[in-house]
This record gives sequence, structure tokens and C-alpha cells, in this order.
Amino acid sequence: MSTTWATSPSELLLKAATKAAGRRRSVTRRRLTLIVGLAMLGVAILAVTFAPLLASASPTAIDPLHPLAPPLTPDHLLGTDQYGRDVWSRILYGGRIDLAIAFGATSVTLVGGTFIGLIAGYIGGRVESVLMGLVDLFFAFPFLVLVIAIIAMLGPSIFNMFVAIWLTSWVSYARIMRAQTVVAKKQQYVLAARALGYGRLRVMFRHILPNTASAVIIFSMVDAVGNIILAASLGFLGLGAQPPSPEWGAMISDGQNYMLSAWWLAAMPGLAVVFVGVAFSLIGDGLADLLRAGER
Amino acid sequence: MSRFGTLPRRLVHLVIILFGITLVTFFLLRLIPGDPALAILGSSYTHQRAVAIDNTLGLNQPIWSQYGLFMGRLFHGNLGFSFFYSEPATTVIAQHIWPTVFLIVYSAVLAALISLPIGFRSGLHRGGYTDQSARVFFTVSFAMPAFWLGIIFILIFSVNLHVFPLSGFGHGFFGHLYYLFLPALTIALGFSTVLVRSLRAATITTLQAEFVDTARMKGIRWSRVLWKHVFRNAVLAVVAVYGVNLAYLISGTVLVENVFSLPGLGTLLVSSVSNRDYPVVQGVTLLFAVLIVSINLLTDIVQAALDPRVGQEIGA
Repeated sequence: MSTTWATSPSELLLKAATKAAGRRRSVTRRRLTLIVGLAMLGVAILAVTFAPLLASASPTAIDPLHPLAPPLTPDHLLGTDQYGRDVWSRILYGGRIDLAIAFGATSVTLVGGTFIGLIAGYIGGRVESVLMGLVDLFFAFPFLVLVIAIIAMLGPSIFNMFVAIWLTSWVSYARIMRAQTVVAKKQQYVLAARALGYGRLRVMFRHILPNTASAVIIFSMVDAVGNIILAASLGFLGLGAQPPSPEWGAMISDGQNYMLSAWWLAAMPGLAVVFVGVAFSLIGDGLADLLRAGER
Repeated sequence: MSRFGTLPRRLVHLVIILFGITLVTFFLLRLIPGDPALAILGSSYTHQRAVAIDNTLGLNQPIWSQYGLFMGRLFHGNLGFSFFYSEPATTVIAQHIWPTVFLIVYSAVLAALISLPIGFRSGLHRGGYTDQSARVFFTVSFAMPAFWLGIIFILIFSVNLHVFPLSGFGHGFFGHLYYLFLPALTIALGFSTVLVRSLRAATITTLQAEFVDTARMKGIRWSRVLWKHVFRNAVLAVVAVYGVNLAYLISGTVLVENVFSLPGLGTLLVSSVSNRDYPVVQGVTLLFAVLIVSINLLTDIVQAALDPRVGQEIGA
């Protein structure tokens, strides 16, 4: 049986948010959070998609005449780094990597974890004990440490970072989905479906999943914030994207060496992380308010 | 029923988890693609050295007996030999443990100091000034990478204001307190997000409880009701959150130690990755996992001691 042992901070945050949210806030205000979040994310996605149009230079182009130019220099909106590479352009192109990780890592673990949780919760018995034991086991490790350890063994690269995240972060989804499924299993609509003689798969995927998916979907937004930060953190530690690539965390790490003379090198990419992170957080909050209110 | 009714079952669970932890850390080494000896030696690869490494790691034996070897060594406190430091991994790890422990405790205390008043006040006056600003502040700080926040703190307080040192660990207890203030604050802010929100929610729920009405009807002063009844019960609900999330502090520590160049386990872990010092990576991972499991158990015990209902509820 699964216990009340470790839970990730994001899960708890979600619980607290959904518990306290809702009643007092008006519908428009709830929608506003969601809309602002979606708009911010939209801006970020458009910006990285059309990076070639918005960037003032190639992300790897060197401008030897203007190294370490401060922000608002002509031609260099956010300044340049030690090689004279344009920071604004690098942030735009780097965003492709970070956003790809946020979506790529989150979507796979969302689907995989949900699937595993659904099976564990519905089938129960030994399958459930084994799967949830595995979940408890993964929760015994500090998430970042486990990811680093896996990358250490596989070798640092973006792809291995994906693998490490895929291997480890499905567990939160599995735990949430199992809890939802166990409750749903006893509800009348599921009993009715079973009484009609529907097969296991049909009950699980056509009846339980659509009725319980909101929890994991909301959580995936919080998880996306975590994954963006994780990608940047690993880039910062030199375990994710490797130096010439303009990944945000790698840029921050690079900029830390020039902290005394060029503060913008470390500061600007971080603001980009915060921007995207806040966008996902707001979407998560907004969805939580909206979907939970609908359930009442 | 005793108040620690479910504890024996917990202990069994604990043993199973510990066993699993050793399995995972053992199999970590198997993730190395190709020949581990080659990965460890790199360009200094010779056949003799490779055979020597195979022998030390036991790579030339069947996998189950390798695990037996690993476990046998573990019970003797032997985590293997650090190829980079030419010392036993346990010695290397022991040298780096103190800054990390200090940092974890320091930031846990700071986080409590920050979040208890803010969370309680936010819950008492929902939608009030504290609540609104805390909400905005913590939404943003949740999206901030800890390492970046650390750098910003260095920029503001060390580079510009010269209030705190750039990096380093300092000497003596108060030296540590001073040198580790910025790193601890960085971690504590991230941690506080969760605590503030949980305490806020717990306070709101507690305020609606019937015993609060009863206390008021008895004519107890409101400030006393708040302190003795509401606050204590709300904090009780957050103890679990607090303990469980110490795991989160460890992730923060790994990053922040690297930002502030602290000689702790986090910096050791990351440098060992680039040094391909696999036994050290294995050892640090194992140590952190055992630490978390012990903290979780401790949280359960503290909770059961504080609130007699807990032990029984879990059993149900």
C-alpha cells in the first residue's frame, strides 16, 4: 500500500492552492489568471518560433568590436557577452531548448505516469503494491540528486537529460492518478459501466480517465515549471546543454564568471526562466480554479 | 491502541525501502554505456589497469554476486574507492559533509522564520495586504531557479553593497552563520513558497473548526484563541509538509553550493560527475537517500508524538 510518505513540493503546493482557491474569487478573476498565463506562454512560444525574425544577430555570431557591451547598446538590446555575442538573440534561440524540454519531458511523464497510476489503482492487488512500492522508492531519493546520478552514468547531454527526467518524474503523476482512480472505482458511474459488462480497458480509458484527468493535467503545469528550472539547473551545472549552445542555464553559468563586470550576462537569461515559469504557474493556478470550481 | 500503533509496520516498510535504495544505487553503475573501466580510465586506458578496475568493482563476476559484494562492503562502511582522490569514497564524503549539513539546518530554520508569520497572517486575513503580496511574491519566487536567485543575491549584497562575502564557508560557528547567510536565504525562499501556502490553507481550515467557536464562546480572549488553538493546530498540519520537503532542501543545497563554491556534498557530487568518479557519485546518492528516509521517519514520529490522532489515522 502507498503511504503518506514523501510527496513532492509541487504536489503539496497544488493541494494547498486548490484547497484554498475558488469560492471567494469571481469567475472573471479566475479566467484572468488563466488568460494572462496563456498569453505569456504564447508570447514565449511565438518569440522562440520566430527567433530568426526577432533576433538582431545569429546566436553564435561573434562581434569582436563590442565584447561585454551593456544592455541598450545600439544593435544589442540586452548587451553582449565576452565574445560579443548578442544576449537577446541567444536568449531567443536558447528558449527553443528550454521550452522543448518543458514540453518534451512533461508530456512523456504525464502520459506514462497517468497510465501507470490508472493501472495500479484500477487493477489493485499485487500490481498495485509493486508499482506503488516503486513510486515510494523513487521518492526516497532527492529528485535532483537522482537525476544528476543518472546523467553522471549516461554522460552529460541534452538527450540523457531527457532520459533522466523520463525515468524519474513519472512517479508524481502515478501517485496522483492512483489516488484518483481508487476513489473513482467505487463511484456509481464506474459501477454502472462494469455492470453493463464493459471490459477493463474500456472502463479505465473511456470512463475513469476522462473523469479524473483534471488533477494530473493541473499538476503537469506545476511540473512544467519544475522541468524548466531543472533544465536550466542542469545546464548551469554543466550536465545538460553543453557550452556553445545558448541554453539559459548554461548562459547563466557562463555569466557568473563575469559577474563583477557584466551583471546582465547572468541576470537576463534568468529573467527569461522566471517569465516562462510564471506563465506555467499562472496557467496551473487558473486551471485549478476553473476545473475544481466545475467539480463542485 | 498505542499512539505509535502503525510504527512497526512503518519500520518494515523502511527496511524494504532501504533495500530498494541499495538496489537502485547499485544498478546506477550499470547505466554506464559500454565498458565502465574504459569510462573511468579514459585516455589512460591500459589493459592491466582495466583488469584492476574490473577486479575492484567486481565487474568480472555475475551480477548477483556483484550485488552481494556491494552489500557486503556497504555493511562494513565501505562505499568503494575514489579513483580521482585516491582515497576511500567514505573519507572523501566525510570531508564534505559538514557544510551541507550546516546549510540544510540553517535554511530549514530560516524558512520556518520566514514562512510561519507570513503564512499564518495570510490565512487569518484572506485577501488582505500580506496575503496578496505574499501570493504575488511566492508565485514569482517559485518560478525562480535557486541558482539564479543566488547569483542575484551575490550581485546585490556582495558585489554592490559589500555586506556579505562572495563565497566560502568561513571559520567557527558564527563565521559559518555569516558566510552561509546568502546561500541559506536562497534555499529558504524556495522552500517558503510551499510552507506559506500550506500554512495559509491550514489556518483557513482551522479557523472554521468547531473548537475555535467553542473557545470563543467560553469567553477566551481572541488573541489567546488564535495563539493557543488556531496557530498550534495549523502548525501541526504543516509539520508533515515541513519534514517531507526537507528533500527539496537537499536539491536546493546541491545547486546553491555550486553557486557559492561551498566545499559541500553538492559541489562534490557535481565535480565527481565530470571526474567520472562513480563510487563517489554512488556514495553521495546513497547517503542523501538514507538521509531523506530517516527524516521522513522522524517526521512521522514527531507528528505522532504531537498529535495522538495521527498514528491511528494512517493505520485506517
